[in-house]
Amino acid sequence: MSPHHPNPSSLKSRFTTRFLRALTKINAQNPISSSSPREILQRFRRIKVAADKSMAYSVRSRRTWSRAMRWKLRSRSWRQASSVRRLKITTSCHQAIMKKTAHERENKTTTGEGVGFGVQTDELRELVPGGEAMDLCNLLDETAHYIKCLTTQVQVMRKIVDFYSP
Amino acid sequence: MSSRRSRSRQSGSSRITDDQIDDLVTKLQQLLPEIRNRHSDKVSAAKVLQDTCNYIRSLHREVDDLSERLSELLATTDSAQAAIIRSLLMQ
Repeated sequence: MSPHHPNPSSLKSRFTTRFLRALTKINAQNPISSSSPREILQRFRRIKVAADKSMAYSVRSRRTWSRAMRWKLRSRSWRQASSVRRLKITTSCHQAIMKKTAHERENKTTTGEGVGFGVQTDELRELVPGGEAMDLCNLLDETAHYIKCLTTQVQVMRKIVDFYSP
Repeated sequence: MSSRRSRSRQSGSSRITDDQIDDLVTKLQQLLPEIRNRHSDKVSAAKVLQDTCNYIRSLHREVDDLSERLSELLATTDSAQAAIIRSLLMQ
């Protein structure tokens, strides 16, 4: 394996460390010998969440999409723990974020429709976490960063899978 | 990338200019694997956005697929290897 990660604090390194830690935890929770389809599905879901979580928390700069993803992950796990009180707190935090981007939403409709790609913009909003609340400029910017992080995520996961495969 | 669309709509200043949007779309275009090699600026913004959506969807699918393979592989391997991987990947 040719070494080509000179920067120890790059996004790739941070994500790899976090994700491997999460994988080790997941592996420790389940007995290694179990491989029933149901348990594999459960593990798959946990791994996917761990990957997204590692990605969202490894992003250093304050990005709307990573904040939205973190909120989603937090509210998802707290919903599963069925603690209504905590959900209310996160809801108010979410409302604060939404209020902050509310003035951006005014720009959203005015700039999006004039330039002839409104449909694709809506599609993009669904794909990028937190995209509904961004104006067009921010949406494009966040998308670029999101794609960069997604490709890093895929790269690292591919390497891990290759390493583990027989 | 001049103002080929001179659209000064909405009373006075539109805070976000078309040129800004053009720049951002070009930046996105550079990230996409297929279009990146075509250095023509004739690719419409709509196509870039459409390809971006498709690309993000394919990346999501790939993450799902890799997660699935990982979950099957983890069933059969030892977790101590994670430390070895980490050191290999960090070098």
